[in-house]
Amino acid sequence: MTARQLMVVAAAREIRDGEVVFVGMRLPLLGFALAKATHAPNAIGLFENGVIRDRPPDGFIYTMGDPPNIVNAVACLGLLDVMSLLQQGRVDAGFIGGAEIDPRGDLNTTRTSASGKLVRLPGSGGAADIAVLAGRTILIMEHEPRRFRPTLDYVTSPGHFAGRRRGGPATLITTLGVFDVTPDGLRVRTRHPGISVDAIRAATGFPIAVPTNVSETVPPTEAELGHIRRADPNGFWTGEN
Amino acid sequence: MQELIRLGRRDLTLIGPISDMAFDQLIGAGCVRQVIAAWVGNVAGGSGYAFRRAVEDGIPHPITVEDHSNFTVGLALKAAAMGVPFLPTYTVQGSDIARNHPRIRPISDPFGGPALLAVGALHPDVAIVHAQRADRHGNAHLWGNLGLTVEAVYAARTTIVTCEEIVADEVIRSDPNRTIIPGFLVGAVVEEPGGALPSSVQGYWRRDFQPFLDYHQQSKTVEGYAAWRRDWVDGLHDRSEYLARLGASTLDALRVQDSRLAAPANFAP
Repeated sequence: MTARQLMVVAAAREIRDGEVVFVGMRLPLLGFALAKATHAPNAIGLFENGVIRDRPPDGFIYTMGDPPNIVNAVACLGLLDVMSLLQQGRVDAGFIGGAEIDPRGDLNTTRTSASGKLVRLPGSGGAADIAVLAGRTILIMEHEPRRFRPTLDYVTSPGHFAGRRRGGPATLITTLGVFDVTPDGLRVRTRHPGISVDAIRAATGFPIAVPTNVSETVPPTEAELGHIRRADPNGFWTGEN
Repeated sequence: MQELIRLGRRDLTLIGPISDMAFDQLIGAGCVRQVIAAWVGNVAGGSGYAFRRAVEDGIPHPITVEDHSNFTVGLALKAAAMGVPFLPTYTVQGSDIARNHPRIRPISDPFGGPALLAVGALHPDVAIVHAQRADRHGNAHLWGNLGLTVEAVYAARTTIVTCEEIVADEVIRSDPNRTIIPGFLVGAVVEEPGGALPSSVQGYWRRDFQPFLDYHQQSKTVEGYAAWRRDWVDGLHDRSEYLARLGASTLDALRVQDSRLAAPANFAP
């Protein structure tokens, strides 16, 4: 089992049956496929290019525009159609990734600095829209000290802030554990198997809350791994093989 | 895209939600002055290295970036498409995208609701769209992944349609709901099969993954970018040479051979 397979399972568990979910690519897409195959058969997936699916794509996709993501879709609308549903409040949850995060769950994917030099990142895509307009967001990140910063150079996708109209980050899934994201900061929910709380603290560039007994993230069953492998047969996203 | 580089176009403003590597390639060639987009990179790989070099180090020359979210760039085009100066939204409130943005301003709701942001209209000179089929008037059928195609076409002063097939007028008229682009908005229509490669075209071409991965590796350095440009742009005269360079076996593997036809729709009056 890889850390990324664990992240996929954790992502799947964030999707409740019957919910409308902004899926995104990479690990959340695999999480959607897993959730649909297990506990959330009635979930609906929205993609920001306008695609609406009630079942995962058959076959591997790199991008949401790839042909297998169109086949058997419920509808292929435009970007503004699905963004309008998001703005109306008809999307329960959305997944977003970030290059950097701060204690409020703000994400930066626009620009940062390393050794005093500007580093340009790709930008928001739909992340800022999902962060502001979804019923709740689930954040997915690599867990490294340089990515967990007390303050960010640029807030692309806002986390908790005064005056927020709805939603906000509920859960952070990383390569080391799963965390609650609250207006008061991050709190460890589970640590991945073999990862200590001290290791998590050391990899987080700001203080985090740690309850007295932190259990391990429940690993995927063989059946769950089978569903993940069907969506990512060569382990391109999960790093298996 | 390659032809824009070969023609030596300069000072272009590129507009789009998620650009994939075409923006990066034009930036690396020095064709671009400004980017108005939500995401610039390589969807399969991440960073766009030519974009980074231009923004971080001014190589080959500095560019300006107007950062958007997917929704705000869509609203900017939609405002232009609707002929209004702006559209209101709640998105990007609390994001630094909305801070000191040339095209996004706070407004109050004239009906007394919560505060909004206004996204100003964005009028492209040209939209370039690759369609599955079009007639000689430019009326074009598209299906599958649409994104902001409709908004871009309606917002632009003119549209260039490239297509897999130019078909008889009757083919387009047989299914008017699939006519995403009305021909009177189109300045030129070009039959160019494979014109969207390495990107996919539903029902015609699979995505050609390898060029995205190769370009991502090559473009990490200025020298690597130059080698890519020599091999895939300057060393080729046109699209047919690009396809020839890919080779028959690659093209056969990429070409969609099987059919998955939609149920016919009866338009009888």
